[in-house]
Amino acid sequence: MPSKIIDFKPRQEPHFPRPGLHLEIRGISQSYGALKVLQELDLDIQAGEFVAIVGRSGCGKSTLLRLIAGLEPADAGEVRHDGASRRKLDGQIRFMFQDSRLLPWRKVIANVGVGLKGNWREPARLALAQVGLEDREKEWPSVLSGGQKQRVALARALVSQPKLLLLDEPLGALDALTRIEMQNLIESLWLEQGFTALLVTHDVSEAVALADRIILLEQGAVGLDLKVPLPRSRERGTAEFAELERAVLGRVLERNPPGDSLAAKRRADTVANS
Amino acid sequence: MTRAHGFAHRLAPWLLPAILLGAWFFAAKSGWISPQVFPAPWEIGDAAIRLGDSGELLEHLRISTARAGLGFVIGGGIGFLLGLLNGLSPLAERLLDGSVQMIRNIPHLALIPLVVLWFGIGEEAKVFLVTLGVFFPLYINTFHGVRTVDRHLLEMGRMYGLGDFDLFREVIFPGALPSILVGVRYAFGLMWLTLIVAETIASTSGIGYLAMSAREFMQTDVVLLAILLYSLLGKLADSLARWLERRLLNWHPAYR
Repeated sequence: MPSKIIDFKPRQEPHFPRPGLHLEIRGISQSYGALKVLQELDLDIQAGEFVAIVGRSGCGKSTLLRLIAGLEPADAGEVRHDGASRRKLDGQIRFMFQDSRLLPWRKVIANVGVGLKGNWREPARLALAQVGLEDREKEWPSVLSGGQKQRVALARALVSQPKLLLLDEPLGALDALTRIEMQNLIESLWLEQGFTALLVTHDVSEAVALADRIILLEQGAVGLDLKVPLPRSRERGTAEFAELERAVLGRVLERNPPGDSLAAKRRADTVANS
Repeated sequence: MTRAHGFAHRLAPWLLPAILLGAWFFAAKSGWISPQVFPAPWEIGDAAIRLGDSGELLEHLRISTARAGLGFVIGGGIGFLLGLLNGLSPLAERLLDGSVQMIRNIPHLALIPLVVLWFGIGEEAKVFLVTLGVFFPLYINTFHGVRTVDRHLLEMGRMYGLGDFDLFREVIFPGALPSILVGVRYAFGLMWLTLIVAETIASTSGIGYLAMSAREFMQTDVVLLAILLYSLLGKLADSLARWLERRLLNWHPAYR
């Protein structure tokens, strides 16, 4: 089904002046003591692309995200944003954590506006409306449910119109229904705003539902780089969805998928360090 | 039903004091306790009116409150600032914390002989002792509060573009505030304790002096009046601390 593969040209939305950011990762290595977490990793993520990174615990996926965000310096290699090397945090990149990390002593609206300068209230209200929480702006975060907190965190991430959104298992702690709701919300906002999205997740189904591309990290290197050819918005119940999910999961668990129908879809099938 | 319940709820803390006062009243009335040992409630009331009329009581109260307040502002201010400094800067902590902990382990009331030698029994002696007494609770709790601010929130703040000052204002200070207010509450307690001991031992004015001079004339009623005033002042300070907590920590589910 190669004809179904989606073309990854950056979406040109006329009303949105800042499309996504082109991310290039060149030869990134990182170790903690004797433990090599990432080994000469190369990755190219197109502007506006939605990429999911999956892998077992300790495969280095969260470390990769932290390096891209500039939360810690890499031992070697380089992260380039739109062709320019950068080391520092800036407003073009926003991070969503597994826990919402809202300031408990600030009202919802002030949490969305954190770090904004000048007239922040209007944009913060708009961002809250986008995640459907405009009527909760005067609440304390402590009265919100887990899903609502993550929605506020999403509004906070998107209020400054970032070009790259990094998501570190942001839905991992939510119940199944809330998680699907949040996935739909993230997808619709991504379609609307055109930022580049990089999602770290251990939930293969989530990766298949959201990503243009699924990257499997194994022992600090890319073990699989798979395009997801399903049209949006994706129905979870379909045979193609289930087949893809099974294939990726099988690969994560180092099992050979039955049949070879997936061989065509695999781009980089090299097994690292074997 | 709900209104009656709310009324009972408000009244509940006063129940035990009322019972004790009633028991005291009847014990004095029926002559079970000797007025020399334990004067009746109305005698203490008389003493309060007597001293109040002459203006003596108010003057002593004013002097004590001024000493307590001044010592609290100086000692608490220094403790707060030093706690912030050591909490924020590992270098400052290395340089200063060891010495502060060493001094902390000297009971500050043990310094009274030295303080009297230095300052005599003037105002400085009392203010100095109160300053020393309130310094440590505020220092330790501010330091602890700053150090235990959620790392994740700090990381978030940095990632969302907060500079040093904004990070302090938005994350560090509000995060440390519950702990700082615990320090304030402790400091209020130590403030009165220190002042009363200092006034009892080395003073010519204040509530502590009032009690001490009344002892010389066997005025048990005045001594008891002074003791009642201590508990009242302590309760007032504690209420102030609780009011501050409710006001400043209204975001916290535990204080709503």
